[in-house]
Amino acid sequence: MEEKTKLICISCPKGCSLDVTHDGNTILKVENAACKQGYVYAEKEFTDPRRMVASTVKVKGGLHPLVPVYTANPIPKPKIQDLLVELRKVELQAPVTGGDVVLENVFGTGINIITSRDMPAV
Amino acid sequence: MAVKELYDVIVIGSGPGGLAAAIAAKKAGADDVLIIERDIELGGILLQCIHNGFGVEIFKEDLPGPTYSQRFIKEVRALGIETMLDTMVLDITPLKKVYASSKQHGFVVLEARSIVLAMGCRERTRPMIRIPGTRPSGVYTAGTAQRWTNVEGYLPGKRFVILGSGDIGMIMARRLTFEGAKVERVLEVMPHLTGLTRNYVQCLLDFDIQLQLRHTVKRIIGNDRVEAIESVKVDEKWKPVPGTEEIIPCDTLLLSVGLIPENELSKKAGVLLDPRIGGPIVDDSFQTNVPGIFAAGNVVHVYDLVDWVTEAGYVAGNAAGEYAIKERQKETGSITIQAGDNVRYVVPQMLDKAHLTDKPISLQMRVINPIEDPVWVEAHDGSNLVARKAERYVRPGEMVTLKLRPKHFDDVRKAGTLTISVNPK
Repeated sequence: MEEKTKLICISCPKGCSLDVTHDGNTILKVENAACKQGYVYAEKEFTDPRRMVASTVKVKGGLHPLVPVYTANPIPKPKIQDLLVELRKVELQAPVTGGDVVLENVFGTGINIITSRDMPAV
Repeated sequence: MAVKELYDVIVIGSGPGGLAAAIAAKKAGADDVLIIERDIELGGILLQCIHNGFGVEIFKEDLPGPTYSQRFIKEVRALGIETMLDTMVLDITPLKKVYASSKQHGFVVLEARSIVLAMGCRERTRPMIRIPGTRPSGVYTAGTAQRWTNVEGYLPGKRFVILGSGDIGMIMARRLTFEGAKVERVLEVMPHLTGLTRNYVQCLLDFDIQLQLRHTVKRIIGNDRVEAIESVKVDEKWKPVPGTEEIIPCDTLLLSVGLIPENELSKKAGVLLDPRIGGPIVDDSFQTNVPGIFAAGNVVHVYDLVDWVTEAGYVAGNAAGEYAIKERQKETGSITIQAGDNVRYVVPQMLDKAHLTDKPISLQMRVINPIEDPVWVEAHDGSNLVARKAERYVRPGEMVTLKLRPKHFDDVRKAGTLTISVNPK
């Protein structure tokens, strides 16, 4: 059955208000998207919603006690809490280089968690 | 790092605006570019903005703040731009002298041919929005909480209410939830969201954090520590609607109620501000009313996107670099030394402006007639007295020397011709 749902695209800071026509999880039409990301986002949001996650992990001997990390690609929404639990167990040793992989292929998603910056040792 | 006394361009602040300005100034051909930063490392507030969303315009990538920042820090290093960290600029004068202080360098006085102001903005605080109630600990600005949570490793509370639906507030709501805290409510006095809609979706909706529009904090409750806040609905004129009060238990209230350009230093330098935004009035190259002083980024007005701050930094830095080069060209060339009253000749006959640095320059001369009384030996630029010394007497057979010292060089530099005269006192 054809339905209409409003979605706000989070692909970029524009935040387009999408009018999505769908039949269950099958997207029929996406209107009011400023770019093609809108369609991609709507389809993903209906079938496999994902989010970028940014957090911190502990680091020993660094300029600061934490180093920021993020998901190299958006991870499935239901995995966010589990990921945060895993990140709390991590402790790195300075120096750390930005882009270092902290967790590889988390939960078999193929997605790596990487550091957002260098953390020099002091 | 050895501190020089004169720089082509000094940039105050190393956030995205300052980093971009320094890079552009160097690329425009300025030799000595210095960034002064009060934190212990370059990067500014982006370092605590660990969420993604930066760089979509400039890099066509979706990067966390520290990653975005680091790309520019690396370029600054690669270009050989000098930096003074952990250093607080105390004062800037309209003549572009910069007074700064740090543990490493002590108190320093620097001079620049041009300056880029890139101090960013600061958060509005509780006194600025006048929230009634007691004054317990546990009332912080969202950005301060962000610094503690993301950089320094302190969680400032367990149960939060956030006042203001700006981006920092919503992003902190998600961040605190990630770290195990409970965000009880986000209150917004306006009838609409003040931050980006996508942050409402991914920071509040995703985590079932309740947003109440047209609501504010009527009162803070608690003695040593925040125990609760009383919220209230407001009408179109922001007046509290009686009977809509609600006590929300919490231990921390975060304020995300707007940012104001940070211009205390600008004012000292004589920079005129636009009262509507609190930032300098600038021309299309971001030059302020003070020639050679430029301003870039959130110090001018608060931007939505960091990418635009970077763009503004490039424009201002490029103009500041070109300005410094022109100033340097004016400083080079020579000044004619002319024999005036009772002076037969002076050696040297010319001064190279490039030599007006840190060493005194001696002017040697002979007088025409003897004067057996005290005299002034003077160097004038037109009617402006540049330097002088006293002699008890002068005689043609005895050479007279006048030393121009570094303290005179500012005046010397401006002169096309210096006239040397010897007259009775």
